[in-house]
Amino acid sequence: MTVTAIGRYEFKSRDRLENFHGNQVVYWHWEEHLMYCAALALPLPPSMPFRTVLTDILPGCYNLHPEWSRVEWDTVTWMLDQRPFKPVLDASLAANNIGHKSLLRFWTPGLHGIGGCAT
Amino acid sequence: MNAMPPLPKQRKLSLKERYAHLTRGLGWETTYQPMDKVFPYVSYEGIKIHDWDAWEDPFRLTMDAYWKYQAEKERKLYAVIESFAQNNGHLNITDARYVNALKLFLTGVSPLEYSAHRGYAHVGRHFVGAGPRIACQMQAIDELRHAQTQIHTMSHYNKFFDGLHDPRHMHDRVWYLSVPKSFFEDACSAGPFEFLTAISFSFEYVLTNLLFVPFMSGAAYNGDMATVTFGFSAQSDEARHMTLGLEIIKFMLEQDEANVPIIQKWIDKWFWRGYRLLGLVSMMMDYMLPKRIMSWAEAWEMYFEQAGDALFEDLSRYGIRKPKYHEVASKEKHRLSHEVWSIFYNYTHAAAFHTWMPTEEEMTWLSAKYPDTFDKYYRPRFECWTEMQAEGKRFYNPTLPQLCVTCQIPMGFTEPDDPTTICFRSADYKGERYHFCSDGCKDIFQNEPEKYIQSWLPVHQIYQGNCGGAEVKDVLAWYHLNFGTDNFDYEGSPDQKLWEEWQAQKATNPV
Repeated sequence: MTVTAIGRYEFKSRDRLENFHGNQVVYWHWEEHLMYCAALALPLPPSMPFRTVLTDILPGCYNLHPEWSRVEWDTVTWMLDQRPFKPVLDASLAANNIGHKSLLRFWTPGLHGIGGCAT
Repeated sequence: MNAMPPLPKQRKLSLKERYAHLTRGLGWETTYQPMDKVFPYVSYEGIKIHDWDAWEDPFRLTMDAYWKYQAEKERKLYAVIESFAQNNGHLNITDARYVNALKLFLTGVSPLEYSAHRGYAHVGRHFVGAGPRIACQMQAIDELRHAQTQIHTMSHYNKFFDGLHDPRHMHDRVWYLSVPKSFFEDACSAGPFEFLTAISFSFEYVLTNLLFVPFMSGAAYNGDMATVTFGFSAQSDEARHMTLGLEIIKFMLEQDEANVPIIQKWIDKWFWRGYRLLGLVSMMMDYMLPKRIMSWAEAWEMYFEQAGDALFEDLSRYGIRKPKYHEVASKEKHRLSHEVWSIFYNYTHAAAFHTWMPTEEEMTWLSAKYPDTFDKYYRPRFECWTEMQAEGKRFYNPTLPQLCVTCQIPMGFTEPDDPTTICFRSADYKGERYHFCSDGCKDIFQNEPEKYIQSWLPVHQIYQGNCGGAEVKDVLAWYHLNFGTDNFDYEGSPDQKLWEEWQAQKATNPV
């Protein structure tokens, strides 16, 4: 389908990669912890190692949650853009096939939110 | 000097005759330029009109009647506003938390009235038939008056409360205001027939009761007589607008059978766009009114499920069915307001109004109104947040959220059949990924991807460096928000402090 318009109607995407000054936007979502109301949008360099996100970035995002300190990364299951995914921790985001506007959802076994109700 | 012989007395025209002159007599077939050049936008959407004179406006309002009637209404409204100010009417509201509903209205809705004015002025130029042109032009004037009277009514609150000082500027910049703004720009940048289906029919006819009744009844329940009077003043206009909405739909449907699938597609799109926008109203009803009218779920049942059933039953003879995904909206009615309030609670540090955790009494009300969802999914979250706040660690989400490309709301809505899992939908277009909060928003994107790839998503704009800086403080300055007064929790806000001072004074000086 295409837009109904009075003439030629072609525009570049407003959120194309080149507009983010060398970063790419990656969305991260801790499943069953809806105290954080939505997935988080993070501008990250594609060359950043996956491990660095876990050690340096996500704690500052999620550590207000009482269950955060109990997350064990080696038990976590991942989905990348709707496919099951196993990250190579020391490889970069790009080498892990995480692209611009990729979505990473992760489940933490045993941690199901406050009162076990996905909060 | 010869006296002039008296003119023969002219018979006064009837209202019907005057209306006929206005809407038929003033139209003509152009000859210097071909009609399709004078009216260049009426055919490209694919809507076929064979007989513009088949348009009938049940109100048959003429301009002189319009001026006279509206002037009377406004004289009354301004008298009430004046007396509200002189009597310090703001002291009689139930609680200062109520004013936050007005902040949302003034920054989110009043600018839409102005956008509607522009939209109707535009289409009021571009229809071939003089009947619909006149109806649209009158509505354009109505909408301009509404924007103006709302600003005048609420400006009284601006003298005392924070966050009301620059609604027009905020509307163009503040992250959550991109939701109503992009909704209306989507409609205004469509063709004239889609615009009317979007605003006159889907919004004014199908959904407007869910916007105006809660706000105006909410004002009445909470002692805000100025806003109530504004509501009454606008009510007769709204009735006319709703009629226009139904008229235009029936007119298009009756003109040509080929119009039916086009209109159905628009109804599907604009139902979902409008419903997502009303998420803001749902949280206003269930959380922001100190004295509540009814729950969002009850309002949805009354104003959409019941009224909508009758409407779409009536339209079924043209081959129109209920809008796609209406059943998803009904599934969401038991959680919508809680999810939206959670979103705003997360990001109140970047908002022009305050949020707060409901009191125990309010939670009891929520449990009673939402027996299947509130205690199970939301009460534990709210109790945790309340405890964190009591420990001096009020929860604010430090990271910006993912937004839906279509409705632009943070992606906080859950799967239609699972309130514990966020609903993620995505699509690829020309090698780039796009994310949506629902199948409704994804369909809208896929029908016209070229339009939505241009979405001005506030989170991405901040990351691109287009919003005044990288820190919250910089962005708020760019929004014209006053850091530390307009934003953060109601608890501890200057609004709360002032209100409590007034209450203390009242207690010591009983009148």
